[in-house]
Amino acid sequence: MTQPNNYGFGEEAALLKDSARKFFREHFPTDRLHALVAADPTPGRAPTCQWDEALWAQLVELGWTVLAVPEEAGGVGMPVAAVAGLVEEVGRAAFPCPLLGTLNATYVLVACGEAGAVGLADIAAGKAATLALTDRHGAWDPAATEVEYRDGGLYGTAWFVQDAGKCERLLVCASTGAGYGLFWVDAHAAGVTAEADGIVDLTRDQAHIVFDGASGIEVSGNAVSALHQAMPAIWTLVAADMVGAGEWQLQTTVEYVSTRKQFDRPLGFFQAIKHPLVEVMVQIDEAKSLVYNAACACDSEPEKAAQYAHMAKASASDMAAYASSRSVQSHGGIGFTWECYVHLYFKRQKHSQMLWGDGVWHRARLADIVIGTAA
Amino acid sequence: MSDASARKDTPAQAEFRAYCRDWLAANKPGEPPVRLPQTPLEIMTTEQLDYLQAWQKAAYDAGLVGCDYPEAVGGGGRKDCQRVANEEMLAARTPFFPNVIGLGMAAPTVFYHAQEAVKAELLPRLFSGEDIWCQGFSEPGAGSDLASVQTFAEKRGDRWVINGHKVWTSLAHFAEWMIILLRTDKSHKYDGLSYFVVPIRAALGNGVTVRPLIKITGETGFNEVIFDNLEVDDRYRLDELGKGWQVAMTTLLHERGAGELQTPRSGGMKNRSSHNITTSAVIELARQTRRGAGAAADDPLLRDKLMRQLIREEGLKQNQRRSRVQALLDHPMRLPLQNKLLASEIAQSIASLAVEVEGMASSLYMGDSNAPAGGQWPLSYMNSYGMTIAAGTSEVQRNILGERVLGLPKSK
Repeated sequence: MTQPNNYGFGEEAALLKDSARKFFREHFPTDRLHALVAADPTPGRAPTCQWDEALWAQLVELGWTVLAVPEEAGGVGMPVAAVAGLVEEVGRAAFPCPLLGTLNATYVLVACGEAGAVGLADIAAGKAATLALTDRHGAWDPAATEVEYRDGGLYGTAWFVQDAGKCERLLVCASTGAGYGLFWVDAHAAGVTAEADGIVDLTRDQAHIVFDGASGIEVSGNAVSALHQAMPAIWTLVAADMVGAGEWQLQTTVEYVSTRKQFDRPLGFFQAIKHPLVEVMVQIDEAKSLVYNAACACDSEPEKAAQYAHMAKASASDMAAYASSRSVQSHGGIGFTWECYVHLYFKRQKHSQMLWGDGVWHRARLADIVIGTAA
Repeated sequence: MSDASARKDTPAQAEFRAYCRDWLAANKPGEPPVRLPQTPLEIMTTEQLDYLQAWQKAAYDAGLVGCDYPEAVGGGGRKDCQRVANEEMLAARTPFFPNVIGLGMAAPTVFYHAQEAVKAELLPRLFSGEDIWCQGFSEPGAGSDLASVQTFAEKRGDRWVINGHKVWTSLAHFAEWMIILLRTDKSHKYDGLSYFVVPIRAALGNGVTVRPLIKITGETGFNEVIFDNLEVDDRYRLDELGKGWQVAMTTLLHERGAGELQTPRSGGMKNRSSHNITTSAVIELARQTRRGAGAAADDPLLRDKLMRQLIREEGLKQNQRRSRVQALLDHPMRLPLQNKLLASEIAQSIASLAVEVEGMASSLYMGDSNAPAGGQWPLSYMNSYGMTIAAGTSEVQRNILGERVLGLPKSK
């Protein structure tokens, strides 16, 4: 299969992206974000889950959580390229919400085939979900799972579960004796305890979830295959979020260095400031182009999806690190303070940089595909 | 690549594509009789030039060059078809065109700024490659600060008399014509510039001297050109007196691949002495290069570097694709103005990585029988600095991007 020249990013996708940008600009400017999530700067503060549930409800009402759900399962069935456009805008707003988790769960459930329908039905009904796959070292390979399914119940711990405090459903990977399965679990069921993590990023919440005999619906007996199919879209979407956040960092920093004067000139006059910001732009554009290429591959060139998604996430991870570094540094002293908004995006980007594999990890996997496994 | 592109063709483009494909299948030139340089800017001998000029003339006569220009100036009168011809020529792995400066820079500038009669006089022989063109912008005292050129044109009657010194002039030793930025008024820096086309070959020894400059690679290919009372007719002035800087922007925009008119482009021919500067070529090199007990391609650090290159290369390709998807662009010049910077820096880092992969063997240069790939990688690496310096250095490109796209205060 080959890709359409325009990434399959058609009129509907453009409208969606545009309306999402307007929605967040109107309802969720950065000062609201700061007021919402940054009330308590204390480093040892108790973990909290600060988000605007009413605004999230509007977003669900708009149908944005079911865009990736196939039409036959009650969703909209939009291409990954269009969904990436929406996620880019969520990233630009750094909107705390379980959208990414819900989309991730959607792609895995679709990859589960018929058995995934039960989960898709919940998502189509407006329930937020997240993936609970990862071990304590951050690996999501099913073989690494610390959760076990036995005697009709789940036992063990899933780590680094994203936006767990905002979700009603969990998609859990567990060893089954016969292999590795995926289970659709009610996040509030008996035997499920979410232990909130104290994290750096203020725009997300995270937890490790302890299962002690919780019941779940097995949606796949072959987690390896389902994840293999779904991961490229998951990598692509987190990269799209980072591209949007990177644009915010660039734009905000450009505004600051255009107004702040030292040595009688705006900081942006000096090439020591100007050229690094151009480099940030160049890196954002590379990541963005690679994101839509990967998204389009998920839609219409699945045999290349993993290869292109590795490129997109590797590029986005490096970009996010650099854009974050320059955003704080170029703001100077004020950029080092809690009151300046750049730290919110700095922290979100550093979190995203590692989420679902950093640049080094993705390049190593890409090399295995392109060069072949090292002898 | 050409099949994927074909899917979006208009009916006229599809018909033209089929025509190009058929013509190329029947008429693509055979193996060159001489060793060809890596790019047109290193053409050193008349044998090389003759072969390449014959190819450009054949492609022009067949309608594959200048497709989007009007018929009245020697073009094909088509709409958005040069891209199609280019894709088919690259896919067919043809030789490159020798008249690159003519096609890429002089043609659009003449087309947008010359008198009608001058367009009809000059463009057909430019497209056919019969007249090679060169560019007289830089001077010993005017590099990145291009607007400080001093080569002066003085009005005498309806003729101009030119005196001064241009440098880094690629292809001047073969060129009939030069596009040239001249000072016509010493009291205004920018508004004192005017733009001309001048016949230099006809004036060799009589107002024009061309001397070769030798590059860090040891190759020739660029020159210095000295003007000593060269007389030029006023009809060869482009646009108004004092508008030279604006006209030069047309040239530079097209040179950097950000202009409106698509440049005719061919190439891709496999040649015993040339190679493609691509990451996949370096990956192949790494597979064949021994390092320790295994291949260089097994070294985890080199693998990481190779993948970094591959990602940058794919990123540039996808930038070019995305630049045609309106809904995914925030600023119209943001991607086009990155083209030159990225293409030159990526090529440089690919060549640099190839040299690193070769290891100690990269010390062997052209002419040494033990040199891998005939010493082409060290040659490419050194030549890559031509690209990051010419047409506005990478540093100047970053200024332009920072000022025109990000809106930061101007450095000058």
